[in-house]
Parts: sequence; structure tokens; C-alpha cells
Amino acid sequence: MGLFSKLKAVLTKTRDGVGKKLNEIFAKDKLGEDFYDQLEDLLISSDVSVKTTMEIVDEIRETAIKEKCKDKDYVVELLKSELYDTINYADALEVKSPAVIMVVGVNGVGKTTTIGKLANKFVKEGKSVTIAAADTFRAAASDQLSVWAERAKVRIIKHSEGADASAVVFDAIESAKARNTDVLIIDTAGRLHVKTNLMEELKKMDRVVKREYPNANYYKLIALDATTGQNAYNQVEVFNQAVGIDGIILTKLDGTAKGGFIISLSYELEVPVVYVGTGEKIDDIEDFDANEFIEAMF
Amino acid sequence: MALFSGLSDKLNHIFSKLTKHGKLTELEIKTAMREVRIALLEADVNISVVKEFVAKVSERAVGQEILKSLSPTQQVIKIVNEELIALMGSTNSKLTFTNPPTVIMMAGLQGAGKTTLVGKLGLMLKKQGRKPLLVACDVYRPAAINQLKVVGEKAGCTVFEKGQGNPVKIAKEGVAYAKSYGFDTVIIDTAGRLQIDEQLMQELEDIKAEVNPAEILLVVDSMTGQVAVEVANTFNKRLEVTGLVLTKLDGDTRGGATLSMKAVTGKPIKFCSVGEKLGDLEPFYPDRMANRILGMGDVLSLIEKAQEAVTEEQAKKMEKKFRENSFTLDDYLTQFETMNKMGGIKDVLAMLPGMGGKFKIREEDIDEKQMLRTKAIIQSMTMYERENPSVINSSRKNRIAKGSGTTIQEVNRLLKQFEQTKQMMKQMKNNRMFRF
Repeated sequence: MGLFSKLKAVLTKTRDGVGKKLNEIFAKDKLGEDFYDQLEDLLISSDVSVKTTMEIVDEIRETAIKEKCKDKDYVVELLKSELYDTINYADALEVKSPAVIMVVGVNGVGKTTTIGKLANKFVKEGKSVTIAAADTFRAAASDQLSVWAERAKVRIIKHSEGADASAVVFDAIESAKARNTDVLIIDTAGRLHVKTNLMEELKKMDRVVKREYPNANYYKLIALDATTGQNAYNQVEVFNQAVGIDGIILTKLDGTAKGGFIISLSYELEVPVVYVGTGEKIDDIEDFDANEFIEAMF
Repeated sequence: MALFSGLSDKLNHIFSKLTKHGKLTELEIKTAMREVRIALLEADVNISVVKEFVAKVSERAVGQEILKSLSPTQQVIKIVNEELIALMGSTNSKLTFTNPPTVIMMAGLQGAGKTTLVGKLGLMLKKQGRKPLLVACDVYRPAAINQLKVVGEKAGCTVFEKGQGNPVKIAKEGVAYAKSYGFDTVIIDTAGRLQIDEQLMQELEDIKAEVNPAEILLVVDSMTGQVAVEVANTFNKRLEVTGLVLTKLDGDTRGGATLSMKAVTGKPIKFCSVGEKLGDLEPFYPDRMANRILGMGDVLSLIEKAQEAVTEEQAKKMEKKFRENSFTLDDYLTQFETMNKMGGIKDVLAMLPGMGGKFKIREEDIDEKQMLRTKAIIQSMTMYERENPSVINSSRKNRIAKGSGTTIQEVNRLLKQFEQTKQMMKQMKNNRMFRF
């Protein structure tokens, strides 16, 4: 049983069945205003932005009218495929050795946990992994990462708390190069994207990677919490401006939040989702599957 | 240009066609409410809460006399604002204290900021003369206990921990320890959990039953989206929380989740966490939050303050300058003085919507002592130089620096800031709200 079927089971319980609601409305009013309003509500309550929602639903409505469609299921399928096309434009991320993955994001989205899972995933794929504890700010962050490193059985490079994060990155790169490590994963401190000085610190780390390890395949991933609302957009925008973002890791998808903001994100910023986090266990990470993601919304 | 394209702009647009109506009609309200609805949804207020809220506000707004001093836009915003504030309740940051030890328990999703909050709360209570004990009941997240120990040390609070034991037992032992060693307050950190995790929710209920907390605080990330309603509702139903705490409010989220959670639980918002430092814990201000949710900063107070500080004549003159972009260094000085009358530039900037992030205002830019130097520099210029800053060459700069007791670098910086301000004015000049 895949995650999303597990997830769907949860959702049907908590959500009172969107399908049921649509059925009721359709029985009363066929494909009238109420039906489309309901579709809009469905997207909005999944944290798709109002703007994107209106654009997408308007488009569906027009198509349905043009095709003189009277079938509710067909309209829902139209909507699903429109959503699918919006978010499904990138292939799964292929991490080529030697690789550096820097994970960034605001506080509390699950960066450290995600890195533990990623390390484990790469080890299982037969790659050698080193992780760099460049979150030198949060109390005991490197302790937390050490536990994950132990679980995934990978090496960890760390300094003491309060040390210069870029120095950790520098040392980790030296070590990764010396040992021909396939994947170096860098944990960074959570920072709200409005804090200019912390974003400057991040840019410095980014420069260190580029300068010290120019031949590495360098991926910058942002971790976004699925329970976040419209602020996710600002987060990606500002981090993207600061260091350039190659992909999104959508965390905490095992809750009841849908992370619908990624639809608006894909619409406007074109940053693909590459991984999803689905729990607190080390195996709870998967490649993003657009189809499953959409299905879980309905 | 996203800066001022908030609700007020949209409403201005809607009402631009109507002038001097005596009353707000139903149709006008309906159109305006569509924009209010979008603004609230964009701020992450839950959709069911929005529907209820909009219905209530419409009812109140229809048929209302437009006050002489306000435009229809301001009138609608005023009603929306008042209703928002009413809904979010009054300032109530008081914690309940019982016979010692008072037990305060944390609850919330993963990554909401519970552990950091425990440290902040500990520090706050300590400053109030209490003696808090921090109890580590997050036995699941790796190094959560270490994190609490570090945070506790920074706050100067004792941390009680029993490693990865049974959280219910640890909580109980923590309270017993507090009793024996004279701690008057116990703050219990708990592991983050999903509201649908039956086993872990049961664990919280068990802790509650064991230690009978005076306060159960639901800690919520202010960036939370639509799911906030469900989270708050479930936690409240199972634990009967006593209050909410908003974290990470120092970001640029509009924080609509606040409204959702307040609406669904009816519980007071007790504190806001606004920074990385342990001292960054504030009481909750419903009026500020209302403005934030509407995406308009504290525009209303700004309008009021501006009206007090600027005479009609000055305002007209300034508006003309805005329009013609003929803003001189002399006007720059006048602006500074006006700002001072309005409570200092820090206050004013804090009230402007979207100001924090977009223009990257640094502390040193808004140092009020700096302003005195600015004044000195401008007053050391000739009238001609003030009108035509482009003529200021290096020999003039040298003279100005000497005259004002500053350095050439400072003169340069001022000229640069002036240019930036001019740019800003250009962007603002089309906005009605800011023509004071």
C-alpha cells in the first residue's frame, strides 16, 4: 500500500469526502455555478492560491461549455489533468556523482530529518554519503543530525555550536573530495527569508561550494512544510533569488495538509517538486509523483 | 509592483466610480466583499471561516452611513477591521497561576517551535521573579532533549530530563521534582505530533490527566495554511487547550491562520514569538494582527497620525511634489521632521505594509541619531545645492562635510539615500492611500 492510499484513507475520514459533496451538488443543480464554486473551494482548501484556483477553474468551465459537457466525472477529470499538467513538467531528480546537495528552508520545516532520510536513500542506492552540519545556530542541531548520520551509517562533518557555517561547508568539501564521496549533503540553519543577514550567510556558503568544488554537480533544494499556506510562495521566491533553487522537498505530507501551494508555485516560478517527506521514519521519503499528489487532493 | 497592491487598492478601484453616495448599497458591498474574501483567503484564513466572516460583515455594512471623513473604501476597511479585531479578542497574555507548582504544558505539530518557546517562556517567567523548571518530554525527536538543555541554559533555567523514557512518567516526576526543590512553575515540552496520530494524541491526554496543567498552550506556526482549523480543532477537542501561541511572526506571512484558529477554538492568543533570540516573546495585539491579515500594515493609524502631524496646506504641497517628482533635499528634511512628529521613523516604517522585506531597511538606516546628522548635512548645503543635488561635486562635499562635522562618506550616503527615496516616491505616487 503506497503512501497516498494510506493518506487517502485518512483524508476520506477527515474530509467528509469531497466526491460526496460534489455528487450532492450535481444532483441538485447539475453543472451550475455551485458545482464550480465547490471545485474552487476544494482547491482553495488545499492551499492552492485564489488566483491560480480561479484561473484553472475558469479554464475548465470554458472547456466544459465549449464541449457541451454534462458529465460531472468528466469535468473532474478535466480538472485533474489540468492540475497534473501544471505540476508535472520535470523528470525525477537524478543525482550524479560527485554531487553536493544543499538543503535550505525556513525554521521547523524538517530539513534535518529530511537529510537523514536522503542520506539513507543514497546509501541504499550504493552511493557513499557525507553530511555537513552547517546548522551551527539552532541549539543541538548537530546532535540531531549526528543521530540521523548514525542511523543512515554515513559520515558527518561538524564544528561546535556557533561556528562559522561556511567553514563547516569548506571542511566538508575538502573531506568529500579527499574520499571521493558520491554525495555531500549540507544541512543549513532554518532562516526566515526576510532576515537579510542570514540570507547573506547562505549566499556565502553557496559561494564556498561553487569556488571549492566547481566540478561537483550542485543541487540546491528547498524544504517546504506541507502545512504552510501562501507564504510558501514568498519562501521559494526569496531563497531562489538568493542562491537559485533547483527543486522542492515537500515535507510532512503524512498530515492532512495537501500542500496545494505547489500548484501555484509551478504555475509561476517553475521550480519542480523532487521529493516528498511522509513521516518520521528513515524510509519515509519518496520521489514526487504528480499523479498521486493530485489524487490525494480529491 | 506588489508593494501596495493590497486590499485598499482594489477597494479604491471598485469605489472609484461612485462618488459621494450617502449610503453603502448592497451591490457595492457585494462587490467589495468579493475582494475582502480574496484578501482573507490569500492571507490563509480558512475558507469556512472566511465565508462566515464575510456574511457577518456584509450584514453590518449594508445601509451604513458613510462617515464624512472617510472614503467608501476606508469605511469598508474600517468595518472589516473592527470585525476582525472583535473576532480575535482582546489582548490577554496573562497566564493562570495555581498553587505552586503551576504546570504549563506545550502541544503542537512538528516544527511549530515548541522547544524554543519553552526557553522563551522560561526566561520571561524568570524575569517576572518566578522559578521555572523545564521538563523534557519530547523523547522521540533526536537530540530534542539536548536542544532543551542548551535553550534552558541560555535562559538560566533548570532542565529536568530522564532520557528517552515514558513521557507521562517523566512529566509526573518533573512535577514531583519541582515540588521537592521549590520550583513554582513547571513548563513541559512535548514532542511534535500530527493531530491524526491517535497514539500520540492519547499520550498528551495521559500527560494532562497525570499533571493537571493550569495552562495547555497550543503552539502554532503563523505560516500555517488552511489546515490550521483542523489542527486547532482537534487539539482543542482532545486537550481543552487554554490558549494559543503564534510562532515565527517575524517572517512576512500574513498570518490568517490566527483568525481561523481563534474562530474555531474561541481560545485567547496568549503570546507571539517574533525572533531568534530568547527575549523575542511578545503579547498578542489583535489590531496589529488584523492589519497584517488585511495586508495593509497599520495604515489606519498612519492616516490618523499623518492627519495630526501635517497641515492641509503642507499635504497639498507635498502631494504636488510627489506628482511632479520635484522632490528636493529641503523637502527630504521636512519629511524627516514630519516623521519625527509622527513618533519617529521607526514607528512610521513599522506601520507601512510590506515595508520590512521589500525595501530592506536596515537598523543603521533608521537610527534616529543618524537623523540629526542628516539634518546637519542638509543644513550645511546652500539653497542652490538643496534644489539641485547633482551640482554637489567633491569640493562642495568637502565643504559640506566640514560644515556639518561629518565625513565625505556620510554626505555621499545621504545623497544616495535621497536618490533612493525619490525612486520610492515615484513608485508610491499613484497610490491614493499615501497622498497625505
